[in-house]
Amino acid sequence: MTSLTKAMITRRTAIIGAASATLVTPMPVAAHDLALERENVEPVAPPFVHPHEQATKQKPKIIAFRMETQEKETVIDDEGTKLQAMCFNGSIPGPMMVVHEGDYLELTLVNPATNSTPHNIDFHAATGGLGGGTLTLISPGEQVVLRWKATRPGVFVYHCAPGGLMTPWHVVSGMSGAVMVLPRDGLKDGDGKPLHYDRIYYIGENDFYVPRDEKGKFKSYGSPGEAYADTVKVMQTLTPTHVVFNGRAGALTGKAALTANVGDTVLIVHSQANRDSRPHLIGGHGDYVWETGKFSNRPETDLETWLIRGGSAGAALYTFRQPGIYAYLTHNLIEAVLLGATAHFKIEGKWDDDLMMQVKPPGPIAALSK
Amino acid sequence: MPFPRLKLAAAALTTSIACSTAMLAPPSARLIEPEMIELQAGQVTYPPAGDFMRAGKPVKAPLKTTHFARGLQIMKHQVTQAEYWKCVEDRRCPSVVLPGPASADQPIVGVSWRDAEAYAVWYSGKAGKHYRLPTDEEWAFAAGSHFRDEGWPDIDDSDPARRWLARYESEFADEPTDKTPRTVGSFGANENGLLDIAGNVWEWTDTCLARVGIRDSGEQMVQTTNCGVRVVEGRHRTYVTDFIRDARSGGCAVGKPPTNLGFRLVRGD
Repeated sequence: MTSLTKAMITRRTAIIGAASATLVTPMPVAAHDLALERENVEPVAPPFVHPHEQATKQKPKIIAFRMETQEKETVIDDEGTKLQAMCFNGSIPGPMMVVHEGDYLELTLVNPATNSTPHNIDFHAATGGLGGGTLTLISPGEQVVLRWKATRPGVFVYHCAPGGLMTPWHVVSGMSGAVMVLPRDGLKDGDGKPLHYDRIYYIGENDFYVPRDEKGKFKSYGSPGEAYADTVKVMQTLTPTHVVFNGRAGALTGKAALTANVGDTVLIVHSQANRDSRPHLIGGHGDYVWETGKFSNRPETDLETWLIRGGSAGAALYTFRQPGIYAYLTHNLIEAVLLGATAHFKIEGKWDDDLMMQVKPPGPIAALSK
Repeated sequence: MPFPRLKLAAAALTTSIACSTAMLAPPSARLIEPEMIELQAGQVTYPPAGDFMRAGKPVKAPLKTTHFARGLQIMKHQVTQAEYWKCVEDRRCPSVVLPGPASADQPIVGVSWRDAEAYAVWYSGKAGKHYRLPTDEEWAFAAGSHFRDEGWPDIDDSDPARRWLARYESEFADEPTDKTPRTVGSFGANENGLLDIAGNVWEWTDTCLARVGIRDSGEQMVQTTNCGVRVVEGRHRTYVTDFIRDARSGGCAVGKPPTNLGFRLVRGD
């Protein structure tokens, strides 16, 4: 046995041990230690976000969420390719949870008995305990309650991290989402001027690695466990078979296209838990972009394309100025078109000829005047 | 010469499709001739394909009536995998990648205009009669009540975005169609007896993309014609580059492309 394997097993045993300890002597839910108001929030499936204040005058609260982990077969493209998905609260990505700096986020994480594997959650926004991963590893049939203090404003990834190879596998099976910690007095530009949004959309990007059969067709499996060995082989190529927004190619197009009106300011939160991406809004811009996603930093302005580093979330604020259909995609255009990472915005309103007009329509090439 | 019309058609092609050997080959006794529908003389009133402009602004194509004094003979069903494969075996059609397991009684899909044209040339030679892709108006005539154009409503043309939005709405108005090709006849027959019109397989036509200017007098002037792009008909009309086999990868950033590309042929005059 190599020392690495030994170390992995030791660590895994430790984690499972911790989970067993939780099972034997249930930890008291410590939330009542804090003499703070509680607010229970119902998670909302992306691209939508639960109602929240952009700036708040309230005192810090405990914001409580409950999410179930779910293992289920899901279709990830128009060809009907099936993924043995694992996800938070039934959606890919998991719901975005919004709190304010100084609030406490309390999560009740449930692993229903119908699931087959342990799950946990690592909040990039949280401090200590592997982001909560060490305190939340639960087997099917268990639940756990974690509370952490939101000390850093920004948008952050959360993901499942059961340890070793399980971590990337759970993540590329769909187990990630985002948290938004807003400054108590709201978003600001680089000069401290308040910024507001009329709408907010949460776009979670996933890279999937679906095995193919000997004829090159995507394979399907009966359970995550059956898909595991083949999937790891595809993961090792570092070449995803699908790069999609919100769990499947076309999830945010057509009737599910994102909508807004001319004049609306939209905050687009984009997370990628595993791999770099380069969002670009065709025909639009990022008026204010927190590329690394953290609101204490000055937002960059007037961006054409921005980078979402794998394992992070970023936020872009844009006021739509022209009606029409916009594509929001990763500007690796091969991935956007062939692998699926394209969303559409449908913007209603009045066209502004000053910003753009077709001066002469297409026609035969005119002779140059001398 | 046995097939002078075919020669004319072939000479008009800009693509380098080898056809002379197939033309001279004797009609194969084993060739199964697909069932043809004989449409009686009639007419079709429809918005023709192309980009129409009035005073420099895009407008919906004015309705046009075309008379078919001698009717039209058109294949009852789309060319099947089994039929296309005979052409592949004869080395006159390129082999194409099927989206699923080979099934003889399903339409061939994943074929480009060039592939369809090669098949028409090969099949004409085998059958000893001239077959070709339909023009867009022939397709509209045969499709009857199943014909649908781009579905662009007449809208305020001072605002280009309204047109784009209307087009987007129209293309996504249909419920998503399963892309898996189905057995011939699965989408039923239209009033002319043609099977699977506007199912999940779009059909190539021979009509080139044209840009047409409309003068104040109503007179139409074709300004440019691009035969590298052909009109494709199905659940809605669209325009596809002639070498594209999978329109899903040949579309723009927005809008819904055809699910599958196939074809059927008409008898030449």
